[in-house]
Amino acid sequence: MNTIKINIVSSSEEIYSGEATMVFATGTLGELGIAPGHTPLLTGLAAGPVRVQNGSDEETFFCSGGFLEVQPDLVTVLSDTAERAESLDESEAIKAKEVAEQELANKDTTIDYAKASAQLAEAVARLKTIQKLRKKQ
Amino acid sequence: MANTKEVRKQIASIKSTQKITSAMEMVAASKMKKTQDTMLEGRPYSLKIKDVISHVALANSEYPHPFYEERAPKKACFIVVSSDKGLCGGLNINLFKQVISKSAELNQQEIGSCFALIGTKASSFFKSVGGEVIAVAEKLGDKPNPDDLIGLTKVVLDMHKNNDIDQAYLCSNSFVNTMTQQPNVVQLIPLAPEEQSEEAPSQWDYIYEPEAKELLDGLLTRYIESLVYQAVIENNACEQAAKMIAMKNATDNAGDLIKELELLYNNVRQAAITQELSEIVGGASAV
Repeated sequence: MNTIKINIVSSSEEIYSGEATMVFATGTLGELGIAPGHTPLLTGLAAGPVRVQNGSDEETFFCSGGFLEVQPDLVTVLSDTAERAESLDESEAIKAKEVAEQELANKDTTIDYAKASAQLAEAVARLKTIQKLRKKQ
Repeated sequence: MANTKEVRKQIASIKSTQKITSAMEMVAASKMKKTQDTMLEGRPYSLKIKDVISHVALANSEYPHPFYEERAPKKACFIVVSSDKGLCGGLNINLFKQVISKSAELNQQEIGSCFALIGTKASSFFKSVGGEVIAVAEKLGDKPNPDDLIGLTKVVLDMHKNNDIDQAYLCSNSFVNTMTQQPNVVQLIPLAPEEQSEEAPSQWDYIYEPEAKELLDGLLTRYIESLVYQAVIENNACEQAAKMIAMKNATDNAGDLIKELELLYNNVRQAAITQELSEIVGGASAV
């Protein structure tokens, strides 16, 4: 029987990898059915189930969003682990900036290269001394 | 000459330090296993998204994405991944050295630098040496959540979108093995196009649902995020390995110190006994 390779991954783990005769997923524009030999397709995924059919076996995975890529012999599902929204991203970005501002309140923004390399050289020298001392013993 | 009491006190204090360092070594060893597992669990996603991205790069897309576009560079952003805690040998310092030398090199070509920092060590370093810091993410813990990095990545990508920066570099340690960690500075933006020498220029393109721009924006953002996340969890594994080695060295050093001090202690004790004896003998002969 004709099969297509399918991989489902999320950023923290590999969820499923195997062969399928048919894959069903919920795209952002609606339900998709993917059979082997499907034309290349790239789409966003909406929250919903991803069903993998292999002959009479069927497995179902839940996906909270992400991307789906189809090549004629390969389906890749990149699942998001968390719910994502533009506003949420924005507030995270503001948070990261705020921390940066707090950390560096009233600091000049040019790097003092001389100071930086002096500081690093000192730290490296210290480490080297420790290593030398160890070798002696 | 030092008296026995002093030497004994010193030995006791070094012994208690040794206990602490050996406990820290064991903690780092057990954490190292966990962080390595996390690193391996994250790998499938980054490999798969890389595959998809390379397919996208091959496709004859109707929408060339700005991440692929080479601009005349005026300013670069460094995303520096460091550890939150110290006591891990030269791990962070070697990385900062590379970052600073790269930034100095760009400076000579009149390309400015700014920094997005991950980890307390990086923020305290750049606090002392200066540098324009645009975003900070700290205290991510041993098992960082990808969500914690979204903000930082977004700040960098937004700056790229607004033409404030033209290049982005990802600076982190890569895990070679337990003994070796390699500091790396990798160019993130512009994305290096894949070598496609042998393949004929492709004429196919994806069907995009809904729009190519929207999809590719999302996908490439996710790609950059996954690279940053992968760097963070890899750096975590590096940190624990480096910490284990550093603490092992410290424990060994403490052992050597104790040996030397015990020798000194025996000398001092023997000298005291000899002196007492000679005093007694001297006293007896005087009577």
